[in-house]
Amino acid sequence: MTVSETQFEHEPEQEIILEVENVSVEFDMERGTSRVLDTVSLDVRRGETIGVVGESGSGKSMFASAMLDAVVDPGILSGDLTYYPNEGEPVDVLNLSDEELRRLRWEEISLVFQGAMSSFNPVIKVEDHFVETLEDHGYDVDEGLERAHQLLADLYLDPNRVLDSYPHELSGGMKQRALIALGLLLEPNVLVMDEPTAALDLLMQRSIISLLEDIKEKYDLTLVFITHDLPLVGELCDRLAVMYSFQFVESGPTAEIIDHAKHPYTRALLNATPNMQMPLETMRPIEGASPDPVNVPPGCSYHPRCELADDLCEAQDPARELIGDDHDVACHHWEESADAIPFDRGESR
Amino acid sequence: MSRSNGEPVISIEDLEVHFEKKDGFLGKSQTVYAVDGLDLDIYENDVLVLVGESGCGKTTLGKTAIGLQEPTGGSVKYRGQDIWDAKEGNGDVDIPYDEIRRSLQIIHQDPGSALNPNRTVMANLSEPLKKWEPDLDLNDRRERIISLLERVGMTPPQDYASRYAHQLSGGEKQRVVLVRALLMNPDLILADEAVSALDVSLRIEMMDLMLELQDLIDTSYLFISHDLSNARYISEKADGRVGIMYLGELVEVGSPERVLFDTKHPYSKVLRWATPDLKSDPDVSSVPPVRRIDIPDAVNPPSGCRFHTRCPEAREVCAQEPPRLLETDDGDRRVACFRAEPDHEYWDSDPIEDESLEVGGAGDDDQATADD
Repeated sequence: MTVSETQFEHEPEQEIILEVENVSVEFDMERGTSRVLDTVSLDVRRGETIGVVGESGSGKSMFASAMLDAVVDPGILSGDLTYYPNEGEPVDVLNLSDEELRRLRWEEISLVFQGAMSSFNPVIKVEDHFVETLEDHGYDVDEGLERAHQLLADLYLDPNRVLDSYPHELSGGMKQRALIALGLLLEPNVLVMDEPTAALDLLMQRSIISLLEDIKEKYDLTLVFITHDLPLVGELCDRLAVMYSFQFVESGPTAEIIDHAKHPYTRALLNATPNMQMPLETMRPIEGASPDPVNVPPGCSYHPRCELADDLCEAQDPARELIGDDHDVACHHWEESADAIPFDRGESR
Repeated sequence: MSRSNGEPVISIEDLEVHFEKKDGFLGKSQTVYAVDGLDLDIYENDVLVLVGESGCGKTTLGKTAIGLQEPTGGSVKYRGQDIWDAKEGNGDVDIPYDEIRRSLQIIHQDPGSALNPNRTVMANLSEPLKKWEPDLDLNDRRERIISLLERVGMTPPQDYASRYAHQLSGGEKQRVVLVRALLMNPDLILADEAVSALDVSLRIEMMDLMLELQDLIDTSYLFISHDLSNARYISEKADGRVGIMYLGELVEVGSPERVLFDTKHPYSKVLRWATPDLKSDPDVSSVPPVRRIDIPDAVNPPSGCRFHTRCPEAREVCAQEPPRLLETDDGDRRVACFRAEPDHEYWDSDPIEDESLEVGGAGDDDQATADD
């Protein structure tokens, strides 16, 4: 079990915009109950860029869906989700009517999924996607399209040409940028992106990341970036939260995580990520495989792959504890992890 | 490893692969210049990693190198024998086509689709052995498969041999596909994005495994990747080479030390910029070092140096004259850029105006690129 975020003393001056508290998602399957999100808590702070990092099957995409109460049937979502609008009363997201939820999803919190290829209807022009979204939500179409033009230009696209195209006439990178523009059309405050660049080339990925930094400033956004690619989001994100086996195992300021991660999984993941700096001999894989949601190991779910694991880890799931300035970790042996799994970043070249 | 020792296994000369692409139902057909005027040799126990954006022709080049794609110009030779002459029986064929076919294997980027889902791992792996080594009896076949499964870390091998593809993880499927290629005792394995589809924590393990097996069966690898970090790992570890491709052409090729860490070609520098570092460097600009972020269409490649429409260093001469791939650093690298030639007229040529990063999709050359 993960303790709720309320136990941590976060900097009080940083306002929370979206509070995820003890949220779980379960699926009933033939083989048993599959818990694909296990009592997770995360505060998203107004105006920050937070990266949720995890490998495939860690539950990170489920977390994205859960944040917007968009878990597909027959998944069962439980816990508390509170959205704090810029003005007015907090919103209890899990108790909204369908209509209220639909409005919240585009006008307050917008979600851009991975795979821009399938998000557009192939037989209608890009412009009609924008017009439809505006009409559905009762927005002024002319004014909305003006904003669309601005957003597309901000993303280094030629607005007239892109709007007048069918989706297949655009390259993957252009389509993905058009999709981000569509997600921002109704002026949301929070943009949640699930692997928005994973299918793209490195140059396009990196370009979109730098565009997002500008867009965030310009439109006063809070960004939640969900990805498997830790180095990619390192520069963009203020904070990182690392998922393993359907739970958060560590979160903290980006530089703190990259240089002083305390969870053995985070450290091993950083050492396993091919990169341009580290000496080759210090890069090593993580032995074993991520657990199956139907069959999560007891105690700390990372213990079968962890070199620090002992009886305690097998018996008891560690709670997340605050161990430093804004840095929390769920590990019984976090104090020993730096010696056991050293970092060697090598000379910069 | 024996880079550039002895005779090449594969020798590519002045290679051209052009595709005809029909535009719409009755539209006129257009030519896609997937690979153009390219020379490349791959040696025994060699490791070459081709890097580039999608649509740059790297997959086409790879498939042509192993005889799966017929060139429209130039030649591809296996140990001196032209592959397509062997296939069509032109002239004196020294090496039969069947032997060439067996010696050149491929690992696809999606291992799931490369395995028959209705058959066990054993049945999937038996098929090519039956075809290429009909002399083996059932027991010999099983023995060879089991020992290789064990060798790639799939233990207990009997258990894995009886599984179906859907009972395997992504990394396990990739290993089965690797075993299938290895069973043929190939001289060259084309690994097309074989690593980037895997989870981050498994990539190094897979690359290590492939290199270990290289020592075992004496094969060469042609890796294709869009990821510079993976390219660095495998090329440095194997003492191999990295080749950077742009719009059908090789723009820089050589040792990882040269190409990745003492980069000369402006396009290679762009890819280097796009590769995130674990530690952010305050000196690195957050603006892409290109004049446009979208790649032009291979249907209508730019004149002169094909990168001149995006290159931050482009001058007038770059639009007129294509640079040749010239040897530098005592043969440790070849690079196709006038900036590597101290006496070139480039240095007296005027810079191309429009210095700032331009809006993509401004012209016809920004249409969707052909799928790689």
